[in-house]
Amino acid sequence: MFKNNSINQCAQKRRLFFGDLFLFILLLAVGSFFLYQGTEKLGYNWQWFRIPDFIFTYSNHEFISGPLLKGLLVTLKITGLGFVLTFIIGLGTAILRLSDSFVGNSIARLYLEIVRNTPLLIQLFFIYFVVSPILNISGFWSAVIALSLFEGAYASEIFRSGITSIDKGQWEAAFSLGGNTKFAYMNVILPQAIPRIAPPLAGQAIALVKDSALVSTVAIYDLTMQGQSIISETFLTFEIWFTVAAAYLVVTLLLSWTLDRLAESFKSAW
Amino acid sequence: MTLWRTINTGLAAVILIIGVSTAVWAGNVRQNLAQESTLETIQKNQTLRVGFSTFKPWAMKDKNGDFIGFEIDVAKRLAEDMGVKIRFIPTKWDGIIPALLTGKFDIIIGGMGITPKRNLKVNFSDPYEFTGMSIIASKSAASGKKSLADFNNPATNVSVRLGTTAEKAAQNFLPKATLLKFSDEAASIQELLNGRVACLIASNPLPSNLAQKYPEKLYLPLKDDFTKEPIGFAIRKSDPDFLNYLNNWIKVTNSEGWLESRFNYWFKTAQWESLVE
Repeated sequence: MFKNNSINQCAQKRRLFFGDLFLFILLLAVGSFFLYQGTEKLGYNWQWFRIPDFIFTYSNHEFISGPLLKGLLVTLKITGLGFVLTFIIGLGTAILRLSDSFVGNSIARLYLEIVRNTPLLIQLFFIYFVVSPILNISGFWSAVIALSLFEGAYASEIFRSGITSIDKGQWEAAFSLGGNTKFAYMNVILPQAIPRIAPPLAGQAIALVKDSALVSTVAIYDLTMQGQSIISETFLTFEIWFTVAAAYLVVTLLLSWTLDRLAESFKSAW
Repeated sequence: MTLWRTINTGLAAVILIIGVSTAVWAGNVRQNLAQESTLETIQKNQTLRVGFSTFKPWAMKDKNGDFIGFEIDVAKRLAEDMGVKIRFIPTKWDGIIPALLTGKFDIIIGGMGITPKRNLKVNFSDPYEFTGMSIIASKSAASGKKSLADFNNPATNVSVRLGTTAEKAAQNFLPKATLLKFSDEAASIQELLNGRVACLIASNPLPSNLAQKYPEKLYLPLKDDFTKEPIGFAIRKSDPDFLNYLNNWIKVTNSEGWLESRFNYWFKTAQWESLVE
């Protein structure tokens, strides 16, 4: 009786899996068909063979990175610095908002409301064209700062919700051990909050990678800008945009996978 | 997101991309020529759809928010001679050729310089005007520079608009300089006024207008334009009828002296300034 059941279930599972797989392949086929039809209708002249040269060239045993690879490196540099700054700004703002200090609290609130209720593009322009000439910040750094301020606001809300989700009793326990606020944060609250925060924070990190494409509007040679540059010279519109999109996809997928691994190991460490 | 899922998503993307690229192999099959000329569709729809981008004084917005400028006059006259209505479709310059190819409008009338690279993708009419490149430099960031050679070093930042012939000119004449590319005119000018770049390269009369407007900040390092470029209408390929119409239209309006008079009004006088400011 039970045996039968399990065999049935197995068969059912297998059927489900193959049905799923079939649907998946069908969906891809439909998608490809539409793309193919659309490009056919356009009479677009595909020239994929020209793309590899823009990624890298290898001649006389010398590896020369093309504009797209250079752009990718700039994008990675911006996002890498962005991660660090976003983390610092996010955590700082969250702690300020949760503190009892009225000034700290209102500054954090003001920053949050401004950043979350205006478009990133406008913030970027404001920092690049208005703030940076006054403070003499380079174009690259103004882009990094604008991005970090933007993502930091969202990150801070994630931190705050994570911290407030920890039971009040934990705070009391920390204080009853004779610790101060810093002790409570470092040894009791954050170790519990960070595993809860990790998934949405990973989402924010991926958003940072994608939002970094906006820095192309202020003449920083990231992946998107390099793509635009090549297109304006060669008009390989679709090929380049697909390549650029694929590059972003690879970066974000790798990132989400790594962050998942990290979160897992972090969880098991506690 | 497990590893398995990651691989799956990656695979999906790869298959999609491969699906797209099969169009390459199939695309080698010669496309049938367009059944109808654009000339026909324009008359059928009773509208001429014109793609352009704002460049002073080729095309700009006046105080009431209407488009005015040399190219706008040309487009209006062309539509009038065809006996159809006109629709202006403002487009970012770096995406204007793809937009034409995908049929967002029928023709580009926007001071587009005829270049061999562009000509591979679109067909150009005979030139209906000529324009020249010039340099406008910032007094604070590029004091005392008097020739192209002075700007040609890696320490010099040059601002240009993405996808313009100015970008090409900068690459040809200032190969060593660092180029900063912007999608819109305002940003490229702001960059110059902020002194982050030493100079801006653009088709005249923008540089000379800027020099008049900000005499304490900017100056013209060169006396004359350093290039002379033919400007033509751009249309989709394989459309001899439309091309023939445009070329003859240019001959007619040229022989009347109409094109020249409009050109002089927009480029040699400042009577239109009051419409914009």
